[in-house]
Amino acid sequence: MNTRVTIAGVEWKNPVTTCSGTFGSGMEYGEFVDLNRLGAVTTKGVASVPWEGNPAPRVAEVTSGMLNAVGLQNPGVDVYIRREIPFLRQFDTNIIVNVCGHSPEEYLDCVERLADQPVDMLEINISCPNVKAGGLSFGQDPKGVEWITAEIKKRAKQPVIMKLTPNVTDITTIAKAAQEGGADAISLINTLTAMKIDIHRRKFVLANKTGGMSGPAVKPIAVRMVYQAANAVQIPVIGMGGIMNAEDAIEFIMAGATAVAVGTANFTNPAATTDIVDGLETFMRENHVEDIRELIGCVR
Amino acid sequence: MMEGKGKKMTTGVVVSQLALADDIFSMWIRAEEIAKTAIPGQFLAVYPKDPTKLLPRPISICETDRASGTVRMVYRVVGEGTREFSRYRENEEIRILGPLGNGYDIDQLQTAGKVLLIGGGIGIPPMLGLARALQCEKEIVLGYRDVLFLKEEFESYGPVTVATEDGSAGTHGNVLDAIREHAIKADVICACGPTPMLRALKAYAGEQQIRCWLSLEERMACGIGACLACVCKTGEVDEHSHVKNKRICKDGPVFDAREVEL
Repeated sequence: MNTRVTIAGVEWKNPVTTCSGTFGSGMEYGEFVDLNRLGAVTTKGVASVPWEGNPAPRVAEVTSGMLNAVGLQNPGVDVYIRREIPFLRQFDTNIIVNVCGHSPEEYLDCVERLADQPVDMLEINISCPNVKAGGLSFGQDPKGVEWITAEIKKRAKQPVIMKLTPNVTDITTIAKAAQEGGADAISLINTLTAMKIDIHRRKFVLANKTGGMSGPAVKPIAVRMVYQAANAVQIPVIGMGGIMNAEDAIEFIMAGATAVAVGTANFTNPAATTDIVDGLETFMRENHVEDIRELIGCVR
Repeated sequence: MMEGKGKKMTTGVVVSQLALADDIFSMWIRAEEIAKTAIPGQFLAVYPKDPTKLLPRPISICETDRASGTVRMVYRVVGEGTREFSRYRENEEIRILGPLGNGYDIDQLQTAGKVLLIGGGIGIPPMLGLARALQCEKEIVLGYRDVLFLKEEFESYGPVTVATEDGSAGTHGNVLDAIREHAIKADVICACGPTPMLRALKAYAGEQQIRCWLSLEERMACGIGACLACVCKTGEVDEHSHVKNKRICKDGPVFDAREVEL
């Protein structure tokens, strides 16, 4: 039975990674799961300098979902180079460093500083608000996506995954723009912009007013977008959005994802990632699937 | 190659559940591993069974009983998740992760002189286990909105002074009003309660120039230090975040009042 997949020339032992921001750099969850059993660990987003993030409360629960407005707090890329990457390198898994920035210069600086690091892939979070474009995220404008992808590709020494925001009118034009810019893969969906109001206090629950929604409530939207994107581009797609168990992961794979990422489920079950790896193998055995690649995009 | 470690979520069993007030419940849970290692000030992440509720509820440990391998939580029903817990009956399973967080340094406190334990509202329960653990001179101040709970249990560990917001018992006002009214003095303060109370105690301890330990609360997601949801502002940049944000779940929930900004 084969669970290996290859994305942009990088072989994964199985198609399961983590959603950026839900798993830190694996240090805390490594006490609950064997990181060696994951296809890849995707780190929390990192910028060229430390970011404070947003005021608390930063999270809110909604029916079958959650909102977060952590605001990409991170200690900066130097700490990643000194602490997080060497930690992850001790394990037999791929390291995907997620990169964020407020401006093109910040993204490019971070990518350049990671170029000679023992990192297997880069994932670029283009959902950050672009300060120069009046707060519109890089990921909401196809021209912006193509341009920033091309600029990053000029400097990156690792394969580049562009992580797409679902907060757009047509995901296929954005996916194609990333491919046009030279992306080696795309990942989706990032969170959906949402809001929750405490009617008793007449206040927003999140200090930031809005937050990104994740969890099983968004899964059907994510599956639809992964299906659309996978059918619009030739590069591999990493699917995510509300995956709670192996059945959910298989849904994304059948929609066209070569690999999947587990996010909010980690909060509900700290062993969610490896439980899903186990569940994929069980599904394959029970359904006589010899090679996981038979399932990728098998529903058309 | 580094090996994975074996921490796991625990399935505890409810030993008893009792309503202490309209919305305050006391639950004893059999969970031997947790009872064996938990120290006062730590907390549990409790996972609702309702699949539409994704996040664990952080609930302070009230006290533990190592001999029977049980842990007690006294909690307020504030929403559907805690309402679900309040319906659990004897022998029902409960999914928990813990003990989480740092807890109080008992040895250090016992050499600090007289300890003043202050609890406000649902910050009262964790002070019970601390009161029980401390073998030193101590005094207890409890602040309630109206209905009293756990007061008699505290009385077996030291003198108790009560403040109520509605004036139905003890000092009419808050814990600081009670401290001033009774001229209560101590060498160190340990407190848990609503943020305005902790903010006032931080200022009070500063004026009195005494050490003060505060147990903080915030909305959490992971409970183990990975997601950075439950941060509090600090005066200095710390080694983990490299910004002025400590994680309440992992670096706390107990902090030196001087290091946090409330």
